[in-house]
Amino acid sequence: MSVSSDRAEPDQPGRAETSVETPEGAPPPAPPPGDAGAAGRRAILKRRVGQIAMHVLLVIGALVTLVPFLWIVIASTHPTSGIFSRPPNLLPGDFLVQNLVNLQAMTGFARVVFNSVLIAGTFTIIGVVVCSMAGYGLAKHRFRGRGVMLGTVLLTIMVPYHVLTVPLFQLMSEIGWINTYQAAILPFVANAFGIFLMRQSFLSFPDELIEAARVDGAGELRIFYRIVLPAVRPSLAALVIWLFIFQWNNFLWPLLVLTTREMYTIPVALSSLIGLSRIDYGAIMTGTAIAVIPVMIVFLFFQRQFISGLLGGSVRG
Amino acid sequence: MTLASSARAVAGRVVGRSGEDPKGSSPPAGRPRRRLRGRAGWFFVAPAAILFLTFFLYPIVATFVMSLQTREMGQMVFVGLDNYERLLTDPVFHTALFNTLLVLFVQVPIMLVLALLLAVLLNSALVKARGGFRVIYFLPAVTSLVAYAIVFRILLHTDAGLINQFLGTLGLAEPDWLNRTWSSRVALMASITWRWTGFNMVIMLAGLQAISNDLYEAAKVDGAGPVDRFLRITIPMMRPILLFAAVLSTIGTLQLFDEPFILTGGGPSNATLTLVYYLYQQGFQSLNFGYASAIAWFIVLLVAVLAFIQFKTIGREDPT
Repeated sequence: MSVSSDRAEPDQPGRAETSVETPEGAPPPAPPPGDAGAAGRRAILKRRVGQIAMHVLLVIGALVTLVPFLWIVIASTHPTSGIFSRPPNLLPGDFLVQNLVNLQAMTGFARVVFNSVLIAGTFTIIGVVVCSMAGYGLAKHRFRGRGVMLGTVLLTIMVPYHVLTVPLFQLMSEIGWINTYQAAILPFVANAFGIFLMRQSFLSFPDELIEAARVDGAGELRIFYRIVLPAVRPSLAALVIWLFIFQWNNFLWPLLVLTTREMYTIPVALSSLIGLSRIDYGAIMTGTAIAVIPVMIVFLFFQRQFISGLLGGSVRG
Repeated sequence: MTLASSARAVAGRVVGRSGEDPKGSSPPAGRPRRRLRGRAGWFFVAPAAILFLTFFLYPIVATFVMSLQTREMGQMVFVGLDNYERLLTDPVFHTALFNTLLVLFVQVPIMLVLALLLAVLLNSALVKARGGFRVIYFLPAVTSLVAYAIVFRILLHTDAGLINQFLGTLGLAEPDWLNRTWSSRVALMASITWRWTGFNMVIMLAGLQAISNDLYEAAKVDGAGPVDRFLRITIPMMRPILLFAAVLSTIGTLQLFDEPFILTGGGPSNATLTLVYYLYQQGFQSLNFGYASAIAWFIVLLVAVLAFIQFKTIGREDPT
């Protein structure tokens, strides 16, 4: 991995391959005269053509990826008729404020956003505590039942939570939790992937440091949050983003347990608008923008930490 | 337990570490100390353990018990395997199974090949701005499923959707995407591909970067061409990563719900109904708790069988 880590560094100066300054699509510079290097020139030309083809492919892929995002932004500023016009409106319109007003009138969207922030925020805070504690226990402590616990975590990663919804819903209605925040938050805070992620990052923490702290008389909890936890900050950041995105985007479970409009989260509120007989796509796209853009901004700020944290630091750059 | 242990090994390799630490930390010094540390270990794991017990183990057992029952006049009565027998003869269930397997065997391979192709391109030193491309390709993976399904519903609109207008400009046919059996399936699979290719690409890129450059250099010295190097070095070295991505995609496919729910409502005439969608209809619209539970257990068994097959086929001949 150490050998290849610098290959991941984009725009690294002074690398032979990046010496090609030709903009995409432009013809390669004419080869120098003389036939001594004809084969070499052909090789360079072939390589140049391959390089351009690679960039063209990647740019097409990137455009396909980005168009839906651009369309969210553009469509959120048009009324429904403006979204479905022929030819299409490819520039932003002036209907954003009216869409927001309509969205608020139809769903009470301010409250819906508040619910989403509250549910995803609380979920993340509890989840970080539960997952990092469990990951630490599984990585650095020996106790009876550890193997069973680890097996359960891996099993939970494999089983989609959707198959548990029928008895979980009945459990919630028996304890009177239907349409409450805790019902939306609690069942999945022990996120199996989160626990596994944290366990993997704790494994490489040196045992000697923990032992030394014990010799110095530090308590187990103190060792955990003063010594071990600060050392895995990148994984912790990835965990925070992972949990927040999971719950912010979560749909089926909130759809089932949150039953009235003032308790809906953003995805549930948006899906309720799709079911209406006259669908106000302008308002829906404005709501979609509100669902997507904050998460995108957070991701763009922390993308390095997030991606490398998720993959245990094996991706650099 | 073979499944779990190989999953652990695979995932351990994916994150680039040994992943195996059967002994835990160094052995404890004395007996009282071990008891103390055992207690400390449980203290750290306890919150997660209690939550798993309540919200995972209890419901999964309850699902099984319920799958052997049916509701008669408000009471659950034991009916043995009747619900499972009904799975065998229910044409709607068969359609849902067909649709789910179609995504699994058509969309997932296409997506994984596409992801591997992109990862190889982005791993090449010839490509500029690789960091930028990687971010763009990963962006769909942080987008809400409901949100992107709504956008695709608008983009795929028959008369005035952006996609058909684009096809029309090129002089191509403008399909009635979401209202025809096969075009709605194609639309669903295309949407899923948009959402997940970048995610898989990032996983594969990590795998590619973990392959030592020395291997390629040595192969070059021995006169191996780029295709040879890809088939003889990249693919074998990437086996654990490909397995990991395949297992993740399988699990993801078997829980497909948000996209068909928003995009097509499962239609037209169940053409995009998935297993979880059918479970939702049976459990929460028709209130057939017993039958829905049988569907749930079917999905669990399908996950286990498919993961087992993948470990046996892709996972064999471990290169490391």
